[in-house]
Amino acid sequence: MNATIRLQREDFDAAAEAAKLTRGHTDIGALVSFTGICRDNESGHGVAAMTLEHYPGMAEEEIARHVLDAQARWPLLGITVIHRYGRMVPGDNIVLVVTASAHREAAFEAANYLMDFLKTQAPFWKLEERAGDKAWVEAKDADDAATKRWRP
Amino acid sequence: MKLLYFAWVRERVGKTDEEIAPPAGVRTVAELMEWLAGRGEEYAHAFENRKVIRAAIDRSHVKPDTAIAGAREIAFFPPMTGG
Repeated sequence: MNATIRLQREDFDAAAEAAKLTRGHTDIGALVSFTGICRDNESGHGVAAMTLEHYPGMAEEEIARHVLDAQARWPLLGITVIHRYGRMVPGDNIVLVVTASAHREAAFEAANYLMDFLKTQAPFWKLEERAGDKAWVEAKDADDAATKRWRP
Repeated sequence: MKLLYFAWVRERVGKTDEEIAPPAGVRTVAELMEWLAGRGEEYAHAFENRKVIRAAIDRSHVKPDTAIAGAREIAFFPPMTGG
């Protein structure tokens, strides 16, 4: 199976990454592409920019563990995960998850699963820049609850 | 062993990483945090609310009661906010 994991400072091209996953594979009947984007507000306050810090080495390994889990749970034909780090402004891409399978259910569920684990288990931290102020984003209970639903 | 700090734990400690040799009585991740908290004002501040701090040994998430014997790299950080 085709699995790609990349951590990078640079932007990515979601459409090009999705096309790469399906090229030459006529057995793929479903492709799900999710892009997480930096937005300009969070719970009512404005966000001017955010900086994503990560734990080099562990971030790749942690994502790889969940990619393996996803492959074991669903009949996938391709996975691409790209997570950016560094400073981003509203409108910038942050994360990309693309999953390919013969049927839509596996592709949808695997993409959802990978995003839930990226939010709560992959070692990344967001520092928000608000009007003249900086603050670390707090983890959300809703994200932890979303992750727990996949546990056996 | 090498310690690594991330996000606000790193900011409060004032460094990204350091080599340490904790005394023999420090056996678990929780005991290591307690020992670190006693190393000075900045450490006391970083580790004042130890329940919220997460840890990883050799790049895998661990619980506070995990033994630190044999660890090469231990990281401390707040709950993650990626994605």
